[in-house]
Amino acid sequence: MKKVYGSAAEALEGVLHDGMLIAAGGFGLCGIPELLLNAIRDAGTKDLTFASNNAGVDDFGIGILLQTKQVKKMISSYVGENKEFMRQYLGGELELEFNPQGTLAERMRAGGAGIPGFYTKTGVGTVIAEGKEHKDFDGETYILERGIVADLAIVKAWKADDTGNLVFRKTARNFNPPAAMCGKICIAEVEEIVPRGSLGGDAIHLPGIYVHRIIQGDHEKRIEQRTVRTA
Amino acid sequence: MAWDRNQMAARAALELQDGWYVNLGIGIPTLVSNYIPEGMDVTLQSENGMLGMGAFPIEGEEDADLINAGKQTITELDRTSYFDSSTSFGMIRGGKIAMAILGAMEVAENGDLANWMIPGKLVKGMGGAMDLVAGVGRVVVVMDHASKHGDSKVLKECTLPLTGKAVVDRIITNLGVLDVVEGGLKIVECAEGVTEEELRAATLATIV
Repeated sequence: MKKVYGSAAEALEGVLHDGMLIAAGGFGLCGIPELLLNAIRDAGTKDLTFASNNAGVDDFGIGILLQTKQVKKMISSYVGENKEFMRQYLGGELELEFNPQGTLAERMRAGGAGIPGFYTKTGVGTVIAEGKEHKDFDGETYILERGIVADLAIVKAWKADDTGNLVFRKTARNFNPPAAMCGKICIAEVEEIVPRGSLGGDAIHLPGIYVHRIIQGDHEKRIEQRTVRTA
Repeated sequence: MAWDRNQMAARAALELQDGWYVNLGIGIPTLVSNYIPEGMDVTLQSENGMLGMGAFPIEGEEDADLINAGKQTITELDRTSYFDSSTSFGMIRGGKIAMAILGAMEVAENGDLANWMIPGKLVKGMGGAMDLVAGVGRVVVVMDHASKHGDSKVLKECTLPLTGKAVVDRIITNLGVLDVVEGGLKIVECAEGVTEEELRAATLATIV
């Protein structure tokens, strides 16, 4: 079965529909599926819910889909870098479900691993715990959190082979593996598609079973907080 | 007189122990890495998926794929390992990280911590803070003792939405060091030039 597609738009064909839930990889602007986000903007799909740690910045990442009002709801842990997000949220145009970062990552992993819910002590005694089942284990209180299964997962990796095996680079791995796992369909954009066998089976970060479509393209890879020391 | 940001970070560095894996929050806690004692083996975790965090890069060597949890460019060390976010929070929630040093907006005498939200004003999110305070072995808060308006941030009860309930072990401020103990806070030490009376007067929490 052919997994490699010619462009982000081609890879998204037949996959998008209004009101869908999309899980996106990335942390800040690091390791985000920028080509697929651009293509979703061009496709004009509306009322989207994104499970994504962050919401990009005003003109990059998920931020571009906020500009075009294509996003109905965000499930995120931190959205502090995006003025348009704040404007829409405070104006009541955008729903926001805050998830603690580790809870969000585990909800994706669990959803992809066939686990519909799990207990965690994260958030006990805070607003996050309100309305959730509480249960004591060994004298400590935990809350029930649900696994996420997304209609579509969009991720960014460094390299792929044509079977969808992925390798990430440094901290650009972040949410990409759990996001990929929780998608009914997963599309990966990579910097380079390499021949089968050249990645080495022991070095694969995410097995191709989780990846259904792959595209290769040029990435801007914008830096959010360029910080240097004086030598 | 009181401690400045760097002196607070230097004091917080005394909390480190050889062999520990530690997570440093954004702001003053980040400065703690400048004061790790020579010869002490401490590995810094960045919750976006890295153990063994190095210094900021020199100009021209920034790598868009290599950032810390504050989204700043950083470098790697020879001990560095990378992993995904669910693995990262597995080690946090699982108690493998010995200590987190975090900033705060408010801390209460029972160890309640508020550092993620001001209703109606600041809606940024908790990031990894709720997972960290719930999971790591020891939570040390480093912050100014009072807000910009001069109000004590060391309270009987937090007024802001909580990040964690009864999670703080030790508070380091510009005025001194306090431990969360049965019945309230216990003064561990006063900052240079600060008297115990001044520290008590600046604190709304019960001091035992």
